[in-house]
Amino acid sequence: MTARNSLIFALVALALLALLPVDLSGLGLPYPGLRRYGTYILTLWLVTAIAAMGVNLIVGYAGQETLAQAAFVGIGAYFTAIAGKHGVPFGLSFVASGLVTFVIGIALGFPALRVQKHYLAFVTLAFSVLCWLVFRNESAVTGGVMGIRDIERPVVFGLKLRNAVHFYWFVLAIASVMTFVLWWIVRSPWGRAFTALRENPLRAESLGIDVRLYTLLAFALGSAYGGMAGSLYAPLVEFIDPSPFALGPSLLFMLMVVVGGSGTFCGPFVGAAVAVLLPEWLRAWETWYLLIYAVLVMLMMALSPGGLVGLVNQLLARRSARP
Amino acid sequence: MTDFLQLLIAGLATGGIYALAAIGFTLLWQTSQTINFAQGEFVMVPAFFALVAMKLGLPFIAALVAAVLVSMLLLGVAFRYVVVGPLLNRGVLPLVISTIALSIILKETVKDFYSAEAQVFPTLLPDHIVTLLPGVAVSLAQIGVLVVSMLTIGGLQWFLAGTRTGRQMQATAQNPGVARILGVPVERMILYTFVINGGLAAMASILVSPIYLAKFSNGETLGLVAFVAAIVGGFNQVRGAIAGGLLLGVLDNLAAAYVSTAYRQAIPLVLLVLIILFRPQGLLGRREERAV
Repeated sequence: MTARNSLIFALVALALLALLPVDLSGLGLPYPGLRRYGTYILTLWLVTAIAAMGVNLIVGYAGQETLAQAAFVGIGAYFTAIAGKHGVPFGLSFVASGLVTFVIGIALGFPALRVQKHYLAFVTLAFSVLCWLVFRNESAVTGGVMGIRDIERPVVFGLKLRNAVHFYWFVLAIASVMTFVLWWIVRSPWGRAFTALRENPLRAESLGIDVRLYTLLAFALGSAYGGMAGSLYAPLVEFIDPSPFALGPSLLFMLMVVVGGSGTFCGPFVGAAVAVLLPEWLRAWETWYLLIYAVLVMLMMALSPGGLVGLVNQLLARRSARP
Repeated sequence: MTDFLQLLIAGLATGGIYALAAIGFTLLWQTSQTINFAQGEFVMVPAFFALVAMKLGLPFIAALVAAVLVSMLLLGVAFRYVVVGPLLNRGVLPLVISTIALSIILKETVKDFYSAEAQVFPTLLPDHIVTLLPGVAVSLAQIGVLVVSMLTIGGLQWFLAGTRTGRQMQATAQNPGVARILGVPVERMILYTFVINGGLAAMASILVSPIYLAKFSNGETLGLVAFVAAIVGGFNQVRGAIAGGLLLGVLDNLAAAYVSTAYRQAIPLVLLVLIILFRPQGLLGRREERAV
């Protein structure tokens, strides 16, 4: 796709997404919009996709593994919730969440990336356990297992976003900006360096690309996307406790990105949609859901490691190859 | 001082279990570049094999033997051919994701088909307290764990260093290409590694379950400890994994007594970061030369 085509595609997608929860029957269109819960799920998808974009930058572009994305989401969520209780406006705590997780990312990534591949995975694994312990044990600050309730929605231009659709639009706007920033980064010389790294690390290094620095910045930036997603998650759910930020959800973030298609731009959105919607559809099989999902992931790794986006690309290529 | 000695012995007993899990993990990484993110679940599951065997009417010792054999078959042979086999030439990420998915599958299977509750698991030796030195009282069960884990590790070391097959396995771990040229059946050696990992995980499971109870979620902590023990000790050495495991076990017990029980799980992280910062090749490891 050329830059112009993808811009048009993105704008059309954005317009459709903005209208998705709205009741259009007043305009004479036979579309009733989404109920409150549907809008909530849609917003959750966007928030999840932001965090997944971060994982994709780390896994798909920088070729590392992170097992702590849910912990970073948790840091952002707790930070925003606690700051909100003390009267800090949302905009400030959103930016601060990103900065804090970026700095933590540097602090974790710096030692881990000095050694060799996979060490980042183990460091983030341990960090994820540590964060969960802090969320659970420091009940004076985090509310422990009882969590924090009644988290305030942000106020924009004097309007408090109590309405589900209003808050959805707010998240959609932020998500679009963050998507655009990432798209720009991936296409910038900085992003091109990643492609070089992925294709041939030795040649990239000999061309003067500082592999370690680039990988470190990618990890920190990806983690900051997690933190900012968390900052949106807290006011969306209006209640947080330690369980969504444990090790299990961090592993699911990894699976999500690979299921969507790691290293592809749309992959995180597809993966997040599967991860958010599948449990809704498989509600009747609630206890079996994770088991089924994990088996499907394993099959996918054996049959189509490019994920769903890779699968679609393969099918399209096969169709266009035919006369 | 006597308190410290008691904690040290208790720590070595837990450390022996950690070492068993870490050795298998190291062996797999060395011989087949397989990083098994399901290692913790591999240590969690065999206890349930034994529980199922006992439900089917086997006596305790026979159930333990059955658990070890089934683990070698399922977590060794089946893992090698069904999960790892199709992915070996696909690069690193698919295999990483697949073992993560496998960890979820094992956890959920135990939760859905057996029980989500912690299960009592019988000990090899009774929890009888014996006095070793004046003031140093240790439970017989702890000594049993220490002895069994040391015997297992000793047996493995003897096998690796003292038998022809063991030395062929070491050759495969150090350099598969050269080993193949020298006539080592590399494929079979890799399979043996997987089988040994299954057996070691089963031994660890049998020893740890009476202490922590058998529960589907145990794998998270056990896996973390196994990874950290392997890295702390030095990745290219089996004895590194042993040292790392013992060290973690002792630190774990000392931290629980002297620092805080709430944060004893944080010890591995602290140790991991310190090692990576100051001695990245691990305590006993050799620096790996990077081939350019």
